Amino acid sequence: MFYREAGQFKTSYASDQAIFPILQDRIGIAVILVAAFSLPLYANDFILNAVMIPFLIFALASIGLNLLTGYTGQLSLGTGAFMGVGAYACYKLTSIWPDVNIIVWVICSGFFAAGVGAIFGLPSLRIKGFYLAIATLAAQFFLEWCFIRIAWLYNYNISGAIEVPQRTVLGVIVTGPRATSETRYIVVLAIVVAMTWIASNLMHGRIGRTWMAVRDMDIAAELMGIRLLPTKLMAFAVSSFYCGVAGALMVFLWYGGAEPAVFNINQSFTILFMIIIGGLGSLLGAYLGAALIYILPIVLRFVPEWLGIPIHAATVEHITFMIVGVLIVFFLIVEPAGLARLWSIGKQKLRVWPFPY
Amino acid sequence: MDILYSIFIDPFVQMAQAPDLFVQTLWDGLVGGMLYALIALGFVLIFKASGVFNFAQGIMVVFAALTLVGLHDAGVPAFLALLITIAVMFALAFTVERVVLRPLVNQPDIILFMATFGITYFLIGFGEYVFGGDPKVMPVEDFGLEKGAYNIKMLGGLVSLQKLDIVAVIVASAMVAGLGVFFSKTRIGRALRAVADSHSAALSVGISLEQIWVIVWFAAGLVALVTGIFWGARSDVSFALEVIALKALPVLILGGFTSIPGAIAGGLIIGVGEKLAEFYWGPLVGGGTDAWFAYVIALVFLLFRPQGLFGEKIIERI
Repeated sequence: MFYREAGQFKTSYASDQAIFPILQDRIGIAVILVAAFSLPLYANDFILNAVMIPFLIFALASIGLNLLTGYTGQLSLGTGAFMGVGAYACYKLTSIWPDVNIIVWVICSGFFAAGVGAIFGLPSLRIKGFYLAIATLAAQFFLEWCFIRIAWLYNYNISGAIEVPQRTVLGVIVTGPRATSETRYIVVLAIVVAMTWIASNLMHGRIGRTWMAVRDMDIAAELMGIRLLPTKLMAFAVSSFYCGVAGALMVFLWYGGAEPAVFNINQSFTILFMIIIGGLGSLLGAYLGAALIYILPIVLRFVPEWLGIPIHAATVEHITFMIVGVLIVFFLIVEPAGLARLWSIGKQKLRVWPFPY
Repeated sequence: MDILYSIFIDPFVQMAQAPDLFVQTLWDGLVGGMLYALIALGFVLIFKASGVFNFAQGIMVVFAALTLVGLHDAGVPAFLALLITIAVMFALAFTVERVVLRPLVNQPDIILFMATFGITYFLIGFGEYVFGGDPKVMPVEDFGLEKGAYNIKMLGGLVSLQKLDIVAVIVASAMVAGLGVFFSKTRIGRALRAVADSHSAALSVGISLEQIWVIVWFAAGLVALVTGIFWGARSDVSFALEVIALKALPVLILGGFTSIPGAIAGGLIIGVGEKLAEFYWGPLVGGGTDAWFAYVIALVFLLFRPQGLFGEKIIERI
């Protein structure tokens, strides 16, 4: 009743292939965008700094992994390391050329991650499924080792960590300890929205279709004239590009500094959870998964406080782990296709409401 | 030239000059590899019978060892603690089958793989909640195992073999042999192999899937317990073990996901390979190579044999 496309006629191919073909969707997305960009007006520092910025960054990394695992069907456990490549590349670039706009370097660092990703994607032509997942673990551990052992990457800093220098864009401080959370939030939001839009267009076009053909059956795709090696390598490169930018954003606009342990195997697993809980092969799913996996533990941490139960912080931590584990299993049993699928079921229900079908 | 010399010649010269050191490194690698192989064995058992890639095997090792040590610290006699731990592993297998696997029957592999992630998270939280996160010491003496080492004079030097390591190798070999016999000779073993070939065909000849799954998860739990005891005896029992368990993954790649002898051979190759590489070539790149060397060996092997050393040949059809 509320969500019905009756009367909305498509009169051109362009409108038929639009990303949001239905008017209500366009209104909805506009409302969400306006709300997101005006959030600094009414949200406090905690919401921006500890909830929204990380959520957006994880969503971007999830989109990156989703392009590879969800759309192209190549399971990867090296996400954390590719994020690290982005972060370290951005750090080196801005220390060598400090005068260049930092946002340019954040985007450029994605290309370094893309290059490294493409190299580690080479085995994907011969190796499939879980075997490939373990091959990408080689990337994870090897790159992590590089972050620790190659002192040049962190400018020979004695602590072995990288410290984000202060950089300004158009006179506004964007990175470093003196940047306000409002500025950082807006920058992250703008980059994430723009990259989501690009990803969505990629998926609606020829490239996205070849990726999905490879995912569904690579031999059949090859017979139809899709060249497997360039297609898979491109998926690895684009996916790593997204992860690299997410990693650079993570260090420059969220943590303000990082040590190699940030990009360890657990980071890769967290992002894999996000896309599987959110829904493989869905951009919306990347956002929903990031929201559930990242924000849920934060909320859980506050529950005992709200209820007034005195409980030890370490105990809360352990119980959070247990609840997250149970929830993963629960969501997989209830909806193996992910939260994005629940949303599309809900949309269908809204269309026919108040009738059952 | 110096670099070429130090990569291709110098390590071998060192090996020839100090053969006792070489044998010692080889032995350390073999024992480490045996433990990797044991973890890989747990993976293979479950993968063979249910097609589930059980990520939780690493945490099951930690959980089994923690339960044992925790009970012992609480004053339970050693062998009673062992029995209770075995009962706990059975309860775990039963619960996993009932709560996780049964509702997820017929789902794609990746979903089951993720479900084992859920189990991992739950067990980490539960283990830390019940037993605390501090490292614990495995009371090896109470289980009738001796500490200490045999020092053997050979090749113009001393080679020291830890008594525990010798026992570990013997027990592991016995367990592999036992599992081999179990799989090929007993009724249940044949049923397991039938289930591995085809779930629906096995069901149609009257094999109970539920029962089989409980049995394999319990078997994997027992393997985890044995691994946990020996690994805990070498270092402390702590959650750091879980990360080491990831090393079992390249072992699986080398051996193939479905082969028990493959798991053993893969474990030994990886164990020896990474010890030798770290000892002779590691200093060239600043050390710490054992963090990734195993994965790189696996990657190189995969490029030539995508199904692993002993895996079944992959035949692809449209």
